[in-house]
Amino acid sequence: MHYAPVPMHIPDGLLSLVVALIFWALTAASVALAIFKTNKTLGEKQIPLMGIMAAFIFAAQMLNFPVAGGTSGHFLGGALAAIVLGPWAAILVMTSVIAVQGLLFQDGGLLVMGANIFNMGIVTAIIGFGLYRSVSGNPNKTVRLAFAGAGAWLATVSAALVTALQLWLSGNAHIEIVVPAMLGVHVIIGIGEAVISVAALAFIEQTRPDLLNAEKSAQQGGGGWVWAGILLSLATVLFSPLVSASPDGLERVADNLGFLSQGVSAPYQLLPDYTIPFLGETALSTIAAGAIGALVVLGVVVLIGRNLRKRSAE
Amino acid sequence: MHADAFDRFHPAESRLHRLNPSVKVALTVAFIISNALLPDAAWLAFAAAWLFLLAANDQSRLGLWFTFRRSLLAAPFALAALSAIFSPLGGALVSFHLLWLNLTVTDVGLLRFASILIRSWLSVQMAVLLVATTQFPDILHALEHLRVPKALTTIIAFLYRYLFVLTDKVFRLLRAREARSAGLPGQKRGGSLLWRANVAGNMAGQLFVRSYERSDRIYNAMAARGYTGQLRTLHPHEIKPSDWNFLTLALILLALIQLTGWIR
Amino acid sequence: MPIEHQPDFDYALPLCEGDILQARDLRFAYPDGHPALNGISLNLCAGDKVALVGPNGAGKSTFMLHLNGILTGQGELKVAGLTISEKTLPQIRAAVGLVFQNPDDQLFSPTVFEDVAFGPLHMGLPEAEVRQRVEGALAAVGMSNFKERLSHHLSVGEKKRIAIATVLSMRPQLLVLDEPSAGLDPRARRTLIHLLRDLPITMLVSTHDLAMVKELFPRTIIMDEGRIVADGLTYEILENAALLEAHGLEKP
Repeated sequence: MHYAPVPMHIPDGLLSLVVALIFWALTAASVALAIFKTNKTLGEKQIPLMGIMAAFIFAAQMLNFPVAGGTSGHFLGGALAAIVLGPWAAILVMTSVIAVQGLLFQDGGLLVMGANIFNMGIVTAIIGFGLYRSVSGNPNKTVRLAFAGAGAWLATVSAALVTALQLWLSGNAHIEIVVPAMLGVHVIIGIGEAVISVAALAFIEQTRPDLLNAEKSAQQGGGGWVWAGILLSLATVLFSPLVSASPDGLERVADNLGFLSQGVSAPYQLLPDYTIPFLGETALSTIAAGAIGALVVLGVVVLIGRNLRKRSAE
Repeated sequence: MHADAFDRFHPAESRLHRLNPSVKVALTVAFIISNALLPDAAWLAFAAAWLFLLAANDQSRLGLWFTFRRSLLAAPFALAALSAIFSPLGGALVSFHLLWLNLTVTDVGLLRFASILIRSWLSVQMAVLLVATTQFPDILHALEHLRVPKALTTIIAFLYRYLFVLTDKVFRLLRAREARSAGLPGQKRGGSLLWRANVAGNMAGQLFVRSYERSDRIYNAMAARGYTGQLRTLHPHEIKPSDWNFLTLALILLALIQLTGWIR
Repeated sequence: MPIEHQPDFDYALPLCEGDILQARDLRFAYPDGHPALNGISLNLCAGDKVALVGPNGAGKSTFMLHLNGILTGQGELKVAGLTISEKTLPQIRAAVGLVFQNPDDQLFSPTVFEDVAFGPLHMGLPEAEVRQRVEGALAAVGMSNFKERLSHHLSVGEKKRIAIATVLSMRPQLLVLDEPSAGLDPRARRTLIHLLRDLPITMLVSTHDLAMVKELFPRTIIMDEGRIVADGLTYEILENAALLEAHGLEKP
């Protein structure tokens, strides 16, 4: 069976160590707080409810719907989780989902898991819940659902933008390209996310209205979340085009930040050590040298491995 | 769908399978950090890291190429790093114009891109090896040992357990949808896109309500056996002297890889 | 002739003193106001193997949840000599092994071992004792070599048996099973019947499987609309076609 990932899980190697660790720290603090908060509101039911809801999100991410030309829309679920379960619970649920995707399916890396959780769990929870919370007391169902949909869309787009910013901060992506690319894809994906979230919410309101009343939302998070949601979405939506408009100076800053972990020495000074004479001192010849070196090493390893196995068999 | 479709564990009798799960998790993370630390274009060190990976593969008795086969997973996303070839540092190689952008491929950028791909490729393989040689519940025990909060590991354990139950439900829902997705000749099939997304949303809503109710029943089953909010588990894994030896050796090798990367 | 009850009939079954379970006029309504138990009175004695039958929605499962203190209604309920209260709850949960209908709700741990160890661990037993009890419980259901297996790899029949082991490891005085034979193929059902027959423990089993009732349980209780409508010897109750039909049951 094919498990289809959502194109937002960063694999290991794409973020610099510094950026990865900064986001791990932010995420770890949020998750610790989320464990504490949900334990307080849910008590003994925290573990089974969060666990099953995480399994629900994981399973729901497989609900696809055909879009066009063999592609299909997928569901992230962070905003929906935040709207029905509250932001703290959603952070915990999404953390578990992303942890299993990274640990078990290598869908998203381990060192960068903090960043992945931040983008898909925390950003989506803050924005999704924040926007919904601003109208959660509104008696008009259409208004509530509209805000939920807008929240889901904005959460998806913001999560994608933060992902792009992380890549750029790591010095591993060119901002003029990565921001429009991520934006372009997720503006569309976000629409699917919004429609699915709204339809799911409408269904839940119909069958279990007790799970979605205004009191419950107020219990799950105060009015501060509204501001947090608005500010965070404004920040990502405004900041990204801003930096991509005048990238050169910032690009160098980001590059330096990326280099903090990758060595300050510019690699082109080291090329002569690893070049192949007839190719000249170009990047291409360095790559070729690397490839040949790797092949030689591999050959040695295979031989040694064979030998060792033979000996252990005897 | 059968539950096995999700299993990443490959049973075998090997030193790596027997190795303490905490040691395995720690070493996997150490290897990935080591890759992230290596400077760009440290080809010799990358090769050494690969050697390390192949040795680990060999220790697993799953075959030298075991992780290689599953290593292309990260490839699609790694393309996001393609834009790194336009790094403003370093010398220009090729310049061209794309839509509204003036793009210059630089040598530093190219090396950066190649290095990112290698780091990503090596790291994902070690993670593949970890789950192939360790049962997932053991990984969770290891995380607990490594001071991940028990509430979180238990929630993840629940997720793992019910993943199979709920995805099975999803597949039955999808199959039921498939079975009724009929078409008539000459008629436009499948309804509007909005409607299709709406159907998926209804399924999600239904799944949510059923899952929510199931969590109540599970809580009852836990309470019936004495659960009062306190989590108690046994820790079946001890770290043996041979585990410590393995850990030390591996860490020395990783330190050597770092040395190779930084001293030229 | 089985005893038939009027709803407001003050009833005590004169079979024994009821040393395991005594219920007197137990009443319960769900938060939405829907009444589920309308005055249940019954006694169970050590060694009894009793079937609880009746149509869906009769209140069988609701009643069973009371036996473990998960739901608490009005009326008197004594389990293993203890009146249910916040204080006696841990002891009562150790005394009553409640096995839920869906084994996927019952088996919530990733591995079989962890699930069977869950109850003993929460009783605060030392590790060696926990391990010994897990071995014992798995042996009792004939699943000794399943210890390290992952729960999601088990068949329905295996899950049902492990689910029973998860409470046997707590050494309960009363085993309460909710529809144990539902959804089993004939062979798995047969294995289960043999297992229940051979377990030397008091049990109350809710089921729609009247053929199994006939084979296993000397005593049968019929519930309908939150009341006990018949309580007596199985062979007599199963002969009474009119009674069975009146409560949506079919003679096996």
